[in-house]
Amino acid sequence: MSIPRAADMSGQLRDPVVAGRLRHTISRVRRNPIGITGAVIILLTVLVAVGGPLVWRIDYATQASHRLLAPSPAHPMGTDELGRDELARVIHGASVSLQVGIVAVVIASFIGSAVGIAAGFYGGRADAILMRIIDIMFAIPVLVLAILIAGLLGPSRTNAMIAIGIVYSSAFARVVRGSTLTIMSLPHVEAARSLGASDLRIIARHLVPNLIAPLMVLVTVYLSTAILTEATLSFLGLGTQPPEPSWGGMLNSARSHMELAPWLAVFPGLAIMLVVLGFNFLGDGLRDILDPRLGEVQR
Amino acid sequence: MTRYVIGRLLLLLPTLLGMSLLIFALVRLLPGDVVDAMLSGDTGATAASKLALRQSLGLTAPLPIQYVNLVGGVVTGHLGASLTSGEPIARVMARAMPITAELTVLAVVLSTLVGIPLGVVSAVRPNTFSDLSARIGGLIGLSVPNFWFATLALLVGSLAFHWVPPVTWIPPSQNLAGNLGQMAIPAVAISFYLMAIVMRMTRATMLEVLSLDYIRTARAKGVGGRAVLFRHALRNSLIPVVTVIGFQVGALMGGATVVEVIFGLPGIGYTLIQAIFGRDYPVIEVSALYLATVFVFINLLVDLLYGVLDPRIEQG
Repeated sequence: MSIPRAADMSGQLRDPVVAGRLRHTISRVRRNPIGITGAVIILLTVLVAVGGPLVWRIDYATQASHRLLAPSPAHPMGTDELGRDELARVIHGASVSLQVGIVAVVIASFIGSAVGIAAGFYGGRADAILMRIIDIMFAIPVLVLAILIAGLLGPSRTNAMIAIGIVYSSAFARVVRGSTLTIMSLPHVEAARSLGASDLRIIARHLVPNLIAPLMVLVTVYLSTAILTEATLSFLGLGTQPPEPSWGGMLNSARSHMELAPWLAVFPGLAIMLVVLGFNFLGDGLRDILDPRLGEVQR
Repeated sequence: MTRYVIGRLLLLLPTLLGMSLLIFALVRLLPGDVVDAMLSGDTGATAASKLALRQSLGLTAPLPIQYVNLVGGVVTGHLGASLTSGEPIARVMARAMPITAELTVLAVVLSTLVGIPLGVVSAVRPNTFSDLSARIGGLIGLSVPNFWFATLALLVGSLAFHWVPPVTWIPPSQNLAGNLGQMAIPAVAISFYLMAIVMRMTRATMLEVLSLDYIRTARAKGVGGRAVLFRHALRNSLIPVVTVIGFQVGALMGGATVVEVIFGLPGIGYTLIQAIFGRDYPVIEVSALYLATVFVFINLLVDLLYGVLDPRIEQG
């Protein structure tokens, strides 16, 4: 027994809905300046994180110079309270932020998708139990839960990533469950079902491809949130620990020297804002592109 | 309606129990405890003296009993004392609650007063310069870390105006002007995010509502532009905005925690962070439970309000 052949014809694009969307997508990307700006900001950040240390050769950990120097050609962002080059530390902070953001969101999307698909697809008791647990997680303010988990696991970057991943998985689970319910009621999925396609086949061929669009929007949105949360945790002393530089931690230590060295309180914050802004721009653009219903209203 | 409300309240019980169990489990099952934190500098501490200390703090009882004690304490109001300072937790909470409550309420008021008008302007003139700048402004609002804004505000305050935040909290009943002066910057710092969300939500729903048939009907029968906008469109657009504000109260509490730490305001979040670093179990549990419970009740309230604002939504 198989599902209608027509849906399989194009090889890669198994689902007619997905195929139609992709065609739409390409034409829409070009008309989306905010989304493109976001993509450019993120590309630049990745470039700085990967290539920065190769270009700017000063080590972020060496106490190479005098303390609290104002920005100058030798140290474009000045030096910190231990005489370390601030630019090198901001560059290293970029890779810390991206790493934490990506790992945390991957954790969140895996847990969340598994829970959401299980709840939405099988329904009934599994749905009731899983969603109760998610409701309970939702009942605790996100940052409070993250602070609890990170603080109690012990302050470190790994624990911060775990905490952020767990905390945001509930949001992924809810969205994935909702989309699963919608997709399952689409006529062509119902048709496949009535033709006797197996659960696994429906999940792999119809559900997952249709879940990619909402997941992509979620991932970009939560990447920025995860980066912001890590910065907040590090700022509170619960994330990345010194001497390793992270933007949140740098801002925290800058507070003690603010009147002597205000620049230390400016650059790391600017970096956080820029990266988060990039992801928010991209998320905004992606939503226009991937959610045709919203897109029509906004155009 | 009354029956519906009672039903919803009863449904909260399992959520509240599950929440307290989750918080309790997190606090107790993870490594490190208050005795280690208290004796960290004391190399002479023996296993016996540690045990004695644990016993005197009530930490040797089996975990289920400790959990029942926690829930019982919350229900009866006997919250016990802080393990580190010995102060009754009820007193700590009573001191901290008004600070966090005021911060959160101020932030909600600020973000609605600014966010909704910006959203309306943006929706009425879609794709114009003012719309684009409001949209970009909204995205920037979502991206500015509140702790950075707060730090910069402190920096500008001290460099330009030689202003430093007062060391102690001034209650509004004592000195309203002094209180507002103290709370304004922290409230602004945490309101940006919500402001941006309110603005974006207002814009999106306004755009949707403005394209509906009944708006066209109202215009066709000659209702003035402003009346259509405010009486017909905005009223219906505000329903999702109210919901989103309810959801975001959780984020506000997180934001409040951070600015409380920065400005040295001893609110609930500040208390929570101090307690986490000191492994002060009962204080962590009570303050986290308090924040979560308030959040749950606000969302219930928003849910009920939703039904009142939009009669089409069936209750049950």
